[in-house]
This record gives sequence, structure tokens and C-alpha cells, in this order.
Amino acid sequence: MAGAATAAMVRDGQAGERVEWRLATPLGAAYMAFFAAPLLLLAWISFYEDNELTRLGPGQWLKFLSDPFYVGVVWRTVVLGLVTVAAATLLTYPLALIFYDAGPRVRKLLLFIVVLPLLTSVVVRTFAWIAILSREGVINQSLLWLGLTASPVPLLQTQHGLVLALMQIEMPLMLLPLLTVMQNIDRSLVEASRSLGASRWRTFFRVLLPLSVPGWVAGATLVFASSTTAFISQSVIGGGRLVFLPSVIWQQAMVISNWPFAAVASIMLLASVLLGIVALGALGRLIDPKGA
Amino acid sequence: MTHRTSRSDLSYHLVVGCLAGLALLVLIGPVVVVLLTSLTTSAALKFPPPGFSTQWYAALFDPVKSGHIHKAAYNSMWVAGMATAGATLLAVPAALSIGRLQSRAARSLEAAFLAPLILPTLAYGLATLMFFTLLGYRPSLWLLTIGHLVVIAPFVFRTTAATLGQLDPVLLESSASLGASRLYTFRRVTLPLITPGILAGAFLAFVASLDNVPVSLFLSNARTDMLPIRMWGMIESNLDVRVAAISGVLIAAVIILMLVMERLVGLTRRISGRGSSP
Repeated sequence: MAGAATAAMVRDGQAGERVEWRLATPLGAAYMAFFAAPLLLLAWISFYEDNELTRLGPGQWLKFLSDPFYVGVVWRTVVLGLVTVAAATLLTYPLALIFYDAGPRVRKLLLFIVVLPLLTSVVVRTFAWIAILSREGVINQSLLWLGLTASPVPLLQTQHGLVLALMQIEMPLMLLPLLTVMQNIDRSLVEASRSLGASRWRTFFRVLLPLSVPGWVAGATLVFASSTTAFISQSVIGGGRLVFLPSVIWQQAMVISNWPFAAVASIMLLASVLLGIVALGALGRLIDPKGA
Repeated sequence: MTHRTSRSDLSYHLVVGCLAGLALLVLIGPVVVVLLTSLTTSAALKFPPPGFSTQWYAALFDPVKSGHIHKAAYNSMWVAGMATAGATLLAVPAALSIGRLQSRAARSLEAAFLAPLILPTLAYGLATLMFFTLLGYRPSLWLLTIGHLVVIAPFVFRTTAATLGQLDPVLLESSASLGASRLYTFRRVTLPLITPGILAGAFLAFVASLDNVPVSLFLSNARTDMLPIRMWGMIESNLDVRVAAISGVLIAAVIILMLVMERLVGLTRRISGRGSSP
């Protein structure tokens, strides 16, 4: 974690700092038994042909990968993650810049506004967005009142509506790591850039943006992982028309009770998230080879 | 030249200001909307509300009409309490063990301990269902507690390790050189200094368990109903306005707890990863 890299702690196993691996064993054992083991079992179950788990074979994998519908679902899930990351970036950076220039009181207030949604239940936040996006909701009532539209615009069960609703859930995840990194950017660099005649735009693109890339990568990773897995928002706001991997997993496991197929879909979700994380990390190194 | 710069500065302030304003609206708007909706007189989610009343709160607190909601809330609190206690007992020693180390082995172990924060916990939720079912267990609050513990332990580990990172090793060295035993040094120096970090982590873990959907989705059933799953069911079936009242109660609780934790341990500072620096 950032901030933890003080020079004093680099010396492993020095006097008074003897490594106590034993203290890590209880959590390590718990993770082996209740985290690693279930995930390995999940992978194993994906190779059963039938719901009763009697015949081994690649049948479920072939069924998933040869069906354009399910391949399309994987694609749609990844695209949702990428669009959410892009939208979150567009809204988060300005907020981070305001935070960077603000005094301590404004900073505290902004931090409060960011952390409050983070600690509010996802179901509550999704519910709020129904009240905002529905036909009788805030946005449509405002549009009708302003005379900008004659009839309510459909927002629920659309990708736009879903991305908007996800914004509130995901923005804090990107903002917090970004703020952590931006706070450590030397202010004199910005001042030097400004006094040498660079505009604020140029200062942002040439100084603040490259230096804050590590924070952005950390945040974008969390946003991608969280938005692709956001079952409640996807199923409530997206509805039946927009199907993503999490609802396939839930349907197959809990409604149809086809565990092997649900396991295949879960592993596809795991793989998509991991690939997305690797890709975002590579993008970060591309922009800033020294950081990230 | 100066003129052009100031025009470009104006466009910068305009763009940054508008986008930041939109961001704040998206962050805080839904909270306001849900609070207003919870006070509506209507049985539908109409906005603006046709009139204001506390009828949905009255319905929510009515033990006869909302008994199943109370049961789900109780289950959620029980699991969150137990899972947080367990996560704290396991994650704090782990953070003490490797939180200050920079070696490759320690970094990989830390990455493993933090993995549930990034990996899709929905896949993990399904995995726990299969795991416990094949072991012959039926869904229970204890199984939910185990599943939640794994998912929330990283919060305690992370804040505790971050606080340890801020700890001045000179304090430990001087305590040791003055003849204090390692246990005494831990009890009198280390522990008091890292307690705020542990408390902040435990608070985040508790909230994360209370809000958890991915694990509860698979491990809860009619008998072990959890609040978020119950609320999801209410939203999906008939958009019960009592969900708004539950939301109101939860939001109020979070705001109060946030203010208390801010006083006690400087919560926002710890979440934003700045450790205990001013």
C-alpha cells in the first residue's frame, strides 16, 4: 500500500523485527481451507458433463464456448467494465483535481461525500437509481417539466442507465487510490510548470496526469472488477434484456441447478476480470514506464 | 499570449468544474432521493413525492407486518458481528507478521490475503455453496459467517498493515534496548499505536459484511435470510416502498457511525490510505 514504503521498514528480519511467520498461519490456513479449496473445487466441477456430477468431460465448456449467446454475454460483460472505467475516469479526475487544489476543510467534506456512498449498501444505492431512472423518476419528471421531452425516455433496462447507476458505486473506488497518489505529488512541480508559462491544461496533461497514473491503475482495476461483478445493479437496472455473466451464473446455479455450467461461467468471469486487470496494468506502464 | 492563456484557463476551470459538479451530483443525489422517497405518502416510487409522511417507517417497524425483515436484519447483524470478530482475530496477527516486510515472499503472501478484494466474489460465493454442500452441510448462519470472514478479512489486514507501516521502528528498538520483552513491547507500544488502524479496519469489515451480496446470494435461504438479499427480493417482486424506509435507516446509521469513527480513529484518513500522517 502507498504510504507504507518508509525506508525504515525495508530491512526484513533485523534486530527487534524478527520475522514471525507463525503469526500469519491462522489466516493462511483459513484461506487455504475456505478460499483456495472452494475455488479449486469450482474449477473441478466445471469439468463434469451432468448436473448430478457423475461423468467427467469437457462438454459444459464446449457448450459455453460454442454458443454465440454466451460468448456474447462474456463480451458484453467486459465491455460494460471498460465503459464504466472510462466513464468513471472522466468524472473522477476533475473531482480529484478540485481536491488537489482545495484547502483542508473542503478536502474533509469531499472525502465525506465520497466515503458515504462507499459505505452505503449496494442494494440501497441500486434502489435509489430506480427512483431516479424510472418513467416516473427524477430524470424523466425533470425532462417533462422542462419540456425537453414529450413522453418519458426509457432509462431503466438500458446500458446508459446501468453505467450511470454504476458510476455512484464505482467512482469512490477510483477516487480513493487516485487521491492517495495525487497527495504525494510534489506541489513545486506544478508550480514550476505554471510559472514557466504552461497552461492549466498543459500542466494537467504533462505533469499531474502522468504522475498520478499508478493511482489510476489501482482505481481502474477495482472499478473493472467491481462493475463486471455487480450482480444486483446489473439485474435490477439492466433487467432481463441486458444479460451479463453474473446473472448467467446465478440463473444456472440457483434456478436451473446446473452447477457445472455455472462453474464454467464463473471461471469465465474470473478469467475476464484477471485479463482486464493485466490489461489495465499494461496500459498504465505504457503511459508511465517508471511508475505503475 | 497572456490573453490566450487566461482563456484556456477559463475553459479548464469550466470543464473541470462542470464534470466535478456532475460527479458530486451522481455521488450524493441518490442518497437525497432515497431519503425523500422514504417519506412519501404514495405506494409507488413517484418523484417528487405527492406528500410526506412517516407511514413507511411505521410499517417497517411494525413487528407483525415486517417480521421477516427484522429477522433478516438480525441475521445480517449476527453474521457481520461474528465474521468481523473472526476476521480481526486472524488478520491482525497476519498483518503483524508480514505487514512491515518488503521481501518477495511477504509481498506474495500479502497479495494472496488481499485477493478477495479484487477477484469476483460472486464466483467465490458459488464456490462456497458447492464446497459446503458437497461436504454435507446445509446453509446456516455459521457457513455464511465463514464465507463473509474470507471476503472481509482483507479490510482489517490492509488498514492494520498500513498503520504498522507508519510506526517508527525507533520506538520498538528503544523499548527493546531498555530491556522490555517482545511481548511487553507489543502490549505497551505496538498495540496502543495500531489500535486505531485495527478499529477502522474492523468497522469497514463490519459494513462490508452487512452489505455483502455475492456470498449471501448463494449461502442464504428462507431460514437464513440476509437483509440485502431480502431487500433485493422486495425490489424485484413489487417495488415495496418499505425498501426506501430500510434504506433511510441504513443511511442514517452509516452517517452516525462514520461521524463516530471519524472522531475515534480518523476513518476517512485511513480509507484514503494516508495512514496517520496529518
